[in-house]
Amino acid sequence: MLSWTIIIVAVCICVALILNLWRLLKGPTISDRILALDTMYINAIALILLYGIYVKSALYFEAAVLIAMLGFVSTAALCKYLLRGDIIE
Amino acid sequence: MKVFPMPVHSLLLFVVWLLLNNSASAGHIVLALFFAVTIPWLVADMRDEHPKILKPWLAVRYILMVMKDIVTANVEVALLIIGPIKKLQPGFVAIPINIDSDLGITILASTVSLTPGTVSAEVSKDKAWLYIHALHLDNEAELIASVKERYEAPIKEIFGC
Amino acid sequence: MPFYLEVIVCVSLLIGSVFLLIGSYGLVRLPDIYMRLHSPTKASTLGITGILIASMVFQSHLKGFLSIQELLITLFLLITAPVAANMIAKTALHQRIKSLDKTQNQELMEVIRDRETPSTPKDPT
Repeated sequence: MLSWTIIIVAVCICVALILNLWRLLKGPTISDRILALDTMYINAIALILLYGIYVKSALYFEAAVLIAMLGFVSTAALCKYLLRGDIIE
Repeated sequence: MKVFPMPVHSLLLFVVWLLLNNSASAGHIVLALFFAVTIPWLVADMRDEHPKILKPWLAVRYILMVMKDIVTANVEVALLIIGPIKKLQPGFVAIPINIDSDLGITILASTVSLTPGTVSAEVSKDKAWLYIHALHLDNEAELIASVKERYEAPIKEIFGC
Repeated sequence: MPFYLEVIVCVSLLIGSVFLLIGSYGLVRLPDIYMRLHSPTKASTLGITGILIASMVFQSHLKGFLSIQELLITLFLLITAPVAANMIAKTALHQRIKSLDKTQNQELMEVIRDRETPSTPKDPT
């Protein structure tokens, strides 16, 4: 049962990633693209954790933590840059 | 000089270190204690003053209530998203707030973003108005009243400001 | 793996993936940036929580002791998602991106960008 569920869930997350990619490419504004990237890293965390379940390994947790932290920092940095023209004031 | 200048942060560092390593062995406990003592000691001078939590039990109840609201609000928003979007009536709303502390306003804004179909957009310069965007706005006065009563009142009580 | 654990893992994985999919679908479907903000901040946060619960149960079974380190990611995302949404909303307002025509109280957008108080404060009732 679990192996089938993993396949279904992986397909769902990949479709979600493709939808994000569509929004990332289409825009129309830069804020939309940042939002698409923000959603994309959340989906990427989900995919990595799912892979960790699939190969029965706990190693992927560290990768998920790193993506979560870097994703938030990059979203904040991009927004800050667009708001002020500067990242560190 | 105090051993624990920031007791809550020390506890947080201790717990997070053990969780990151996912172990409670003696070595990691010693290392976590080391971090819990030294890091707050190094950064104590840099922090801003925040109000103290006066009513911890109310804070716990508030967190549980927000957790429950997150689940129900998320299901509502998910239904709105997959439902007919022509019928959605988005709108901006200004909510008058009277919380003094920055921490209280941050918590209120984050709660509003996570819960009832709204995203907080901005706080006015004088910190008296919270501007939010609602995905579906049918009754503005009701939304303002519910945010004020359900989220603002407990936060004011927790921090006593 | 005992059957009931497998059911818990499967159900939370499915719930999580459905919410993640709805969040991304909303990102494509909703018409303007301010409305699009809602779907990732809410639906995706709940979706990732579901996946993390599944991972937590599975890893606990695998290691033979209660492994709650996945809670760290959940907490981190719960704290950062509203902040990221707030910053994107600020950016959109700063760039004067038009909202949908039927948006109510559009006159507030200028006020919000300048962080002023609304000109005709409504009496909070």
